Amino acid sequence: MENLLDGWGITLATFSPLVGVAIMLLIPGEREERHKVVALATSLWVAFIGVLLLLWFDMGETGRLQYVVDEMWIDVIRSRYLVGIDGMSLPLILLTMFIVPMCIIYSWNHFPEPRNPKAFLILILILETGMIGTFVAQDMVLFFVFFEIVLLPMFFMIAVWGGDDRRYASLKFFLFTLFGSALMLVSFLALFFLTGAESFAFTEVADNVLAHGVSRTAQLWIFGGMFLGFGIKVPMFPFHTWLPDAHTQAPTVGSVILAAVLLKLGTYGFIRIAIPLLPEAAVEWAPWIGLLAVVGIIYGALGCLAQTDVKRLIAFSSVAHMGFVMLGIATLTDFGINAAIMGMVAHGLITGMLFFLAGSMKDRYHTLEISRLGGLLVQAPRMGWIFGICVMASLGLPGLAGFWGEFPAILSSYSPANGLPVETFRTFMVVAAVGTVLAAGYLLWLLQRVAFGNPPEEFADNPEIVDVTRHEWMAWAPILALIVAIGVYPNLVFRVTDGAVDASLNDCLQVNTAELTDAEAEALGCAAVYEVGSGGGHDDHAAAGN
Amino acid sequence: MIDLLTLAAAPADLPLGVTEGGSWLLRNAWLIPLLPALSFVTILFFGKRMPRGGSELGIALVGIAFVLSILTAAAWVDHRDNYHGEEVHAPVVAVDHGESGEHAEAGHGGGHAEPSLAVVSTVTWFQAGGVEFSVGTLVDGPAVMMLLVVTLVSLLVHIYSTEYVHGDRRYTHFFAFLSLFSASMLMLVLSENTLQLLTSWELVGVCSFALIGHWWEEKPNSDAALKAFLTNRVGDMGLIVGVSILFFIVGSALPGRFGSFSIAETNALAAAGMLPHTALLVAACCLMAAVMSKSGQFFLHTWLPDAMAGPTPVSALIHAATMVVAGVFMIARLYGVFFSGLSIGGSSVNLMAVVGGVTTLVGASLAFVQRDIKKVLAYSTISQLGYMVMALGVGAWTAAMFHLFTHAFFKACLFLGSGSAAHAVHSFDMKSDMGGLRKVMPHTYKTFVIGSIALAGLPPFAGFWSKDEILAGTGGWGLLGGTGGNGAYTLMLVMGMVTAAMTAAYMTRCVYLTFHGEYRGHGEPHESGPRIIVPLWILAGLAMVAGLLNLPSGFQLAPESLQERFGHFVEPVAGYFPTITHATPSWSLAIVSTLVVLAGVAVAGRYYFGRVEAASAAAGESLTELPDGITTRSALARRGHTLLSNKYYLDHLYTGIIAGGTKGPVAAAAYRVNQNVIDRSVDLAGETAVSAGRFVYDKIDQVVVDGIVNASGRVSSDTGEELRKIQSGRVQDYAAILFAAATVLAGILIVIV
Repeated sequence: MENLLDGWGITLATFSPLVGVAIMLLIPGEREERHKVVALATSLWVAFIGVLLLLWFDMGETGRLQYVVDEMWIDVIRSRYLVGIDGMSLPLILLTMFIVPMCIIYSWNHFPEPRNPKAFLILILILETGMIGTFVAQDMVLFFVFFEIVLLPMFFMIAVWGGDDRRYASLKFFLFTLFGSALMLVSFLALFFLTGAESFAFTEVADNVLAHGVSRTAQLWIFGGMFLGFGIKVPMFPFHTWLPDAHTQAPTVGSVILAAVLLKLGTYGFIRIAIPLLPEAAVEWAPWIGLLAVVGIIYGALGCLAQTDVKRLIAFSSVAHMGFVMLGIATLTDFGINAAIMGMVAHGLITGMLFFLAGSMKDRYHTLEISRLGGLLVQAPRMGWIFGICVMASLGLPGLAGFWGEFPAILSSYSPANGLPVETFRTFMVVAAVGTVLAAGYLLWLLQRVAFGNPPEEFADNPEIVDVTRHEWMAWAPILALIVAIGVYPNLVFRVTDGAVDASLNDCLQVNTAELTDAEAEALGCAAVYEVGSGGGHDDHAAAGN
Repeated sequence: MIDLLTLAAAPADLPLGVTEGGSWLLRNAWLIPLLPALSFVTILFFGKRMPRGGSELGIALVGIAFVLSILTAAAWVDHRDNYHGEEVHAPVVAVDHGESGEHAEAGHGGGHAEPSLAVVSTVTWFQAGGVEFSVGTLVDGPAVMMLLVVTLVSLLVHIYSTEYVHGDRRYTHFFAFLSLFSASMLMLVLSENTLQLLTSWELVGVCSFALIGHWWEEKPNSDAALKAFLTNRVGDMGLIVGVSILFFIVGSALPGRFGSFSIAETNALAAAGMLPHTALLVAACCLMAAVMSKSGQFFLHTWLPDAMAGPTPVSALIHAATMVVAGVFMIARLYGVFFSGLSIGGSSVNLMAVVGGVTTLVGASLAFVQRDIKKVLAYSTISQLGYMVMALGVGAWTAAMFHLFTHAFFKACLFLGSGSAAHAVHSFDMKSDMGGLRKVMPHTYKTFVIGSIALAGLPPFAGFWSKDEILAGTGGWGLLGGTGGNGAYTLMLVMGMVTAAMTAAYMTRCVYLTFHGEYRGHGEPHESGPRIIVPLWILAGLAMVAGLLNLPSGFQLAPESLQERFGHFVEPVAGYFPTITHATPSWSLAIVSTLVVLAGVAVAGRYYFGRVEAASAAAGESLTELPDGITTRSALARRGHTLLSNKYYLDHLYTGIIAGGTKGPVAAAAYRVNQNVIDRSVDLAGETAVSAGRFVYDKIDQVVVDGIVNASGRVSSDTGEELRKIQSGRVQDYAAILFAAATVLAGILIVIV
């Protein structure tokens, strides 16, 4: 069938939630049922558009921006309303559109104190607009605006519906990320002025960076600004400390959205903006990013082992998991970045699920103190099973989604992009592999304490501890099905991302590291991107071969 | 992917020793793992509604898988000798890595007398980084042999379990996981590439985890499950790294290819000496770590005895006959890599042989001091797995595979026998709850003794033939008329001989403590039912006769057409397999090893059947050791006993120091740093910013600030009355300051750089 969404599909998807919000504003707050229906209908409508966007997406050309709209937006600052979808953003957009309705279904009877479903659901829908907008924006100002829009609803969600320490956590979340985005904005502005670009469009700025030859030093600084902006959002070690607090204090649905989508805004920023726009600086920065990534993997795992609270443990595990994603990105290879996108999707589904489970446990036990829990499999066998599956998925078991983010990231760091220090990345590979052992350690320990054994006395005959409810099934079953489906057939994601990742990377980075001679590099015009032969891969490889 | 490599060198053709043709059964072997996989899913969702809790479906589908395996084996026997189809060649870069000379000119594939082409069939799994990854089956001798072993033992264990775990609280789950395990293990042995191998490798690990922890209400069981999984993860680290290394070095030898997981390509290139030796060595060592954990090799073996916490049928199937040999199978599968990487040919010592040799001694020594009958068998399994790894380490590939084959039968027989005995007395403790069972459990007794003789390796039972081949394969018997082998692994021969004596001795002890003397337990034990006895006798029968499948040549025990049938059909003679030298068996070695075994039996027999029996009669009760034994008389022996009872203190090291240290002080320290250094500095920065902000706010451009404050004020007022109660004022201030600062900074950045 003809592509009916071309030219307006993205706009429709991005702003439909706001239409829902407008309708909800007209309905008085006490009509809770109506708010729920409107919110759910809106999110399902967006998901439906998402399905259509997927169906009409040209899989043959995932590297090309599709459904593009390019209109002048704010003339004064030459910012354009330029949106489009390619294979790198599509999985994340679909993930967003998929997770939001699940969150609304889950919330149905689960609204945290002080309830007020109207405000809560409105915030979720505003969040959805912000998240989708960030993934479709192809203009730096537009990207920044959406990136910031996301911040506010999440801030209020934590600050109003959060736990005991919500004020501190929400403020920290807000300021920390705002600090990063301020630096990111600095970078965007500097890049715009230095390249003398006509607009803020990614492609134009990228072309101008190559053509105008922005000085190396300036590139490094600008990349540094973006690194902080995106790195805090990811979050990378050592900028991660807002995350455990925000996660622990946030209401369940807030944690789920935070883990499933918000963290990906950071990693997405790296692969959409920082690396394609500044390939030269990326090569310089990559070893440091890789270093922080593997430190994060080990450090996050150790942090997990020290936790006494289920939710905080899962939050810390995000630091470790995002470390694998960042390691994949740091290799600057299409293989590694494919792994990273897979890792983002997988982490979104799996950690989202784990937060759902933690929330449901909290509803039942009214505590998440690991030492007090036990015997979940006895009292709520189905929930225990789901917990077990998610734990296995999270520790990277093949056959479930998590593996395809983790293993390829480790694999790709054996052979990073041209110009990166091979030995260093191979060391990262080994360290990351150690991280998989630690991950199994803390996750299985958690599983053992929570699910195995007999229920502790204080909960033994507690009638509140029931098995998975109908709403929980409705919200969880699709997520679990996706975790298994992607695990068995990873091509569901890789097929979409592969072409786009390939197109986003500078050609010089992608050639088999070991096999590029200086002359060939010259022929490809790689001299413009990095200094040929400077710490080049072929020397290292020869050393390994002897 | 930019293809520069094609420009680099003129490609040469390397025969891989595989074909895409072959009969239908060989090309569609994926059906065999599919059956138990279907059974898993069905039992999981509908098992509880079936009249027999899903066990009937499990048995039926594994039974069909067994029949299919037999048919596949028959097809392979025909294919092995009569197939003359087209062989797959891989274009390779004709580069010389320096050391390739000795292997390269051997003319792999073409030079073999009667090549056996493995049957490969694949489909695309996924594509990433411009590389296509496939999933498929590689059917050849070792794969077919494993299909038979896995499906047969699995089928017998299924049947046995219907009686053994009858009435269990998780009867259905048990059968679901048995099915999943069978599916994963069958997929593992059929794996066409290392990625698939890695996948199924982890899946069998999870099944093992779930089944060890089957009775997870009791903490020791879930502890054992955790220990098994974590120890295996340590090894898997090596697997992940090793597989990654192979992926890239193979890729760089194939023009226009980024990397390759293909087992046939990896092996063929390694065997042809076309891969850099250092990288191969590193990869082989990494993979050895995985073998050490999965196949219970010293020093990652400690999980295996603990794994006996699972139900006995699981111990028989997973922790004796099949899963734990996955490591051995992986070496056999990637033998090109190990053979070249560890320079097995023409050497006298290497990592694999040493690991195997040490393991075989460690396992056998620890089997002596166990009270729990299953732990005796568990350590015995470790010891026998060590035998197999040692055999592979000395180049005796066929002997190792043959030992794997025979061991599966007699060890499964022993485990199921121990389960039958324990089922009757409701305990696994030989010393306090067994004894004298031969009178009430004649079938269990007879099959157990048969299994023990096979394990000890007395002719003509199965273990004798396979064990003797390994000893001959060490090539250390040169002095006494034996020849050949791939090197002079005299040390391994000695280790093997010592282990043979020890094995005979500890099995004698085990048989005595369980079945002889007088009954020391409570209640009235009785013989198990037919669903337990029949599988026992089938396995006992195989333990007696399986050795005849590979009668050595040269002994003139049988017409030539019946000699070395196992080796002929199982050992690949193809491009993806290295050229190995076969040892010639010798009468002298066979006689000596038999005498060694008899000596072991005699020493232990004299102690238990002679002196302990006499002391029991004197004391009027059934004793399990002499009241004034050697450990009471000699301090040295006592210390030795303490060392063994504490399992060489390895568990203390792992659980107490390494795991406890990581979980305790290390994690706590890292977390303290997190809270007190990293997080504190964030708070400090925030506090400083607030004070600085107050100052700036009072002085700096009120227009900018006001504008933004008002804008954000409007946004937040839309979101409802509730929200305004928050300290939105403060947030807006910070936001305003940050935006102002951003503008200033951007200006500075542009001016400076």
